[in-house]
Amino acid sequence: MSKFSQKIGGSKRERSAPGEPMVWFSGMWLAIGILMIVFLLSVIVVNGLGVFWPKAVVQVELTEASEAGWKQSQYFAGELHKTQVRRVGSADGEAIPEIQLFVGNRDVYGFGFKFIDEHDVLQRTFPKGILLVERMEYGDLIAFPVKLQLADGKVIEAGDQGFDEELQRAVQRASDRRHEITHLERGEIGRVNQKMERLKMRLKKTELKGGNVKQVAAETKLEQDELQERYEKMAAEAAGLRARQKEETFHYRLVTGEQGSLELGGVVCFYYPNQLSTWTKLGHFFSSIWGFLSEEPREANTEGGVFPALFGTFVMTLIMCILVVPIGVVAAIYLQEYAKQGLVVRLVRIAVNNLAGVPSIVYGVFGLGFFVYMMGGSIDSLFYPERLPTPTFGTGGLLWASLTMALMTVPVVIVSTEEALASVTRGMREASLAAGASKWQTIQHIVLPGGLPGIITGMILAMARGAGEVAPLMLVGVVKLAPTLPLDTIAPYMHLERKFMHLGFHIYDLGFQSPDSEAAKPMVFATTLLLIALVVVLNAAAIIVREKLRKKYSSGAF
Amino acid sequence: MNLTSLLPIAMQKETIKSSAQQDESVGAEVSVSADVAESPAGRPDYIKVCDFSFNYVPAVRVLHNITMEIPERQVTAFIGPSGCGKTTLLRNFNRMNDLIDGVSHEGKIYVNDQDIYDRNLEVISLRKRIGMVFQKSNPFPKSIYENVIYSLRVSGQKKKAILDETVERSLKSAALWEETKDRLHDSALGLSGGQMQRLCIARAIANRPEILLMDEPCSALDPIATAKIEELITELKENFTVVIVTHNMQQATRVSDRAAYFYLGKLVEMDDTTKLFSNPEQKETEDYISGRFG
Ligand SMILES: Nc1ncnc2c1ncn2[C@@H]1O[C@H](COP(=O)(O)OP(=O)(O)OP(=O)(O)O)[C@@H](O)[C@H]1O
Ligand SMILES: [Mg+2]
Repeated sequence: MSKFSQKIGGSKRERSAPGEPMVWFSGMWLAIGILMIVFLLSVIVVNGLGVFWPKAVVQVELTEASEAGWKQSQYFAGELHKTQVRRVGSADGEAIPEIQLFVGNRDVYGFGFKFIDEHDVLQRTFPKGILLVERMEYGDLIAFPVKLQLADGKVIEAGDQGFDEELQRAVQRASDRRHEITHLERGEIGRVNQKMERLKMRLKKTELKGGNVKQVAAETKLEQDELQERYEKMAAEAAGLRARQKEETFHYRLVTGEQGSLELGGVVCFYYPNQLSTWTKLGHFFSSIWGFLSEEPREANTEGGVFPALFGTFVMTLIMCILVVPIGVVAAIYLQEYAKQGLVVRLVRIAVNNLAGVPSIVYGVFGLGFFVYMMGGSIDSLFYPERLPTPTFGTGGLLWASLTMALMTVPVVIVSTEEALASVTRGMREASLAAGASKWQTIQHIVLPGGLPGIITGMILAMARGAGEVAPLMLVGVVKLAPTLPLDTIAPYMHLERKFMHLGFHIYDLGFQSPDSEAAKPMVFATTLLLIALVVVLNAAAIIVREKLRKKYSSGAF
Repeated sequence: MNLTSLLPIAMQKETIKSSAQQDESVGAEVSVSADVAESPAGRPDYIKVCDFSFNYVPAVRVLHNITMEIPERQVTAFIGPSGCGKTTLLRNFNRMNDLIDGVSHEGKIYVNDQDIYDRNLEVISLRKRIGMVFQKSNPFPKSIYENVIYSLRVSGQKKKAILDETVERSLKSAALWEETKDRLHDSALGLSGGQMQRLCIARAIANRPEILLMDEPCSALDPIATAKIEELITELKENFTVVIVTHNMQQATRVSDRAAYFYLGKLVEMDDTTKLFSNPEQKETEDYISGRFG
């Protein structure tokens, strides 16, 4: 309104004055809303990315009188996490400033974080030589290096020339071996296991059908033996590699005085936190982001990466889209183009609109009851009777989760597709029909291309809802730790019956189910950021496709 | 060109059949005198409208008992004040009004002696024989090329040579070729209003329909394009039957052989154009064409 009156000119502007407070009022609320969203996003971005930025390690020396020390030691070293004020007793008690350190070395101390009162601190230093080691187990090690014991018996003291390079090489060797072990165990041995499983199932199937078990057993014996032999060979190879992982050790000394050693097989990476330049920090930042994205979780998900969850979310969303778009579009075409517009269609439309508002957990329960138990159960008893009582499809899995999500989001697609189809003008349809096109040809050549951007908008909405939903997924196939990805190199490659991990559930699991919530917090933020980023990326991709189509459509190149 | 030879065999048979059975039925109903039915050139009638009435909504009649004949390979102009039902009648010839919910009609319309409301008639094959230019131009949001060949596309024509040839011929006929020959694959939505209308004309004649229905085709065109379209209409009538709705009396006199004056949903008078404009029988017609009306 104000825009309008401003255009008209000076004399009218005064007349619109009574409307002005409303403009401010509504504008203010919009601003508040936007601010809240920006605030939320920036909290997530700052905290989520901050996880990957290497922090300096501070060594604090405690006063004689302090009781905060570990055993006899008056020292602590760790990353400074926050400074806050603690109140003694009630909320208005004496204010005591304190710091929180991430001290690491959970295997020794039994805790990862330590609160220390400011007045207990005698002095703070930043020792150059202190080393931070990311380990496969027990989180980070923060200590001074002592020596490196190599496989060939050579010992390199920490102060010696080339110590860091030698350590780096040893860590690299261990990491290579680790990859080899994973490759062996997941890939080769997995394949052999699967083949053996198939043979076993064949036997059981013949047994169920009342066939000649002995004959089949004899037939498969040779193959079985061969597989067993191969399995043992590879298992031995893996065991040998594992043993070598323990040969080289790294010795260290904590600031509290304890000495210890660490097998290099358990080291992920190491760096000197107080010697990093901005560039190396940046390098470390990006490499740990990459690690977060590409690695598997360790230690009850609180360490390592989230690759399985990222992949699971992505694949589930994709399958959901593949299922939901055709169903929704076809349904919308019927409703909008073919059905006689009357009371029934109106009722159906209202029902569809309301379905979009049904709480998602209801879909989860439906998915569990209908898809998992009824359909999955029937599939199992029809096609996989030999595996029972172990369910194959009769338990939550990727397919059922995708189907449940598709069911949940189909109203969104129907509604926006209907709108898109309705937006194609009558003149357009008439021109097509007058040219001798059939109804279906008109839909195909004129209405659907014209409605495509709107259909993709529906898909985007469905995707955003599907990727962010957690509650129903917990019932139909998401787990906190899936041993295998739903996609691998073992035929049939796509394992729709497998359980999978999901970023949304991962966040819930980390934040609320993990034993050490303080240790899990950085991961919660990082995973939240990743989930948001994934949804943004998926949506952006869809939007780009839509704009491309729009351009193509208006330039008529198809 | 023999028009019936364009039709598939099955349809020709049906045409013969229906024309045979029609002879008795129409003879009784047609009330217009014989000399009107036989146009000056002695051409047979192509579209016959027999006592046709039409409602958009029940009980509101927009066409009242229209009976008329439109001769083959001639240009027939519909004139009359706005809202008198010209478009409605025109849209009935290719059954475009079927698309509107709640419409109803009485009486019959024959195209080439075939009852177009016959239950056995396939409306798609009827529409393939009739080209239509709408009052509001409505190019598809596709390329110029695709717009022109749309009717061929939906008929399954895939040969590039034929499509190319059709595009060039149709665009040339619609006086649009020179302007668009270098941008055939650009969007049709980038054309000007008048160009769009000419594109719609090109689209309507692309598959050489037997009948061309034009609803005020020149209302958005400048005099040059109008002249070209009028030239096109004159050319087209060599082979096609043309029905044109126009508000432009000069245009009606220039292009049409016969003219029909409608008023309030009734056909007031229909005659040879020269006669209707020089010496109308009805007072209302005279008032309208001399501008004393509306
Ligand atoms: N879809 C429709 N539903 C209901 N009534 C309609 C519809 N289309 C046209 N009418 C009515 O039918 C009457 C005839 O309309 P028509 O479009 O045939 O007029 P016209 O002679 O073509 O007028 P113009 O010269 O302005 O184009 C008008 O009174 C109009 O209001
Ligand atoms: Mg009209």
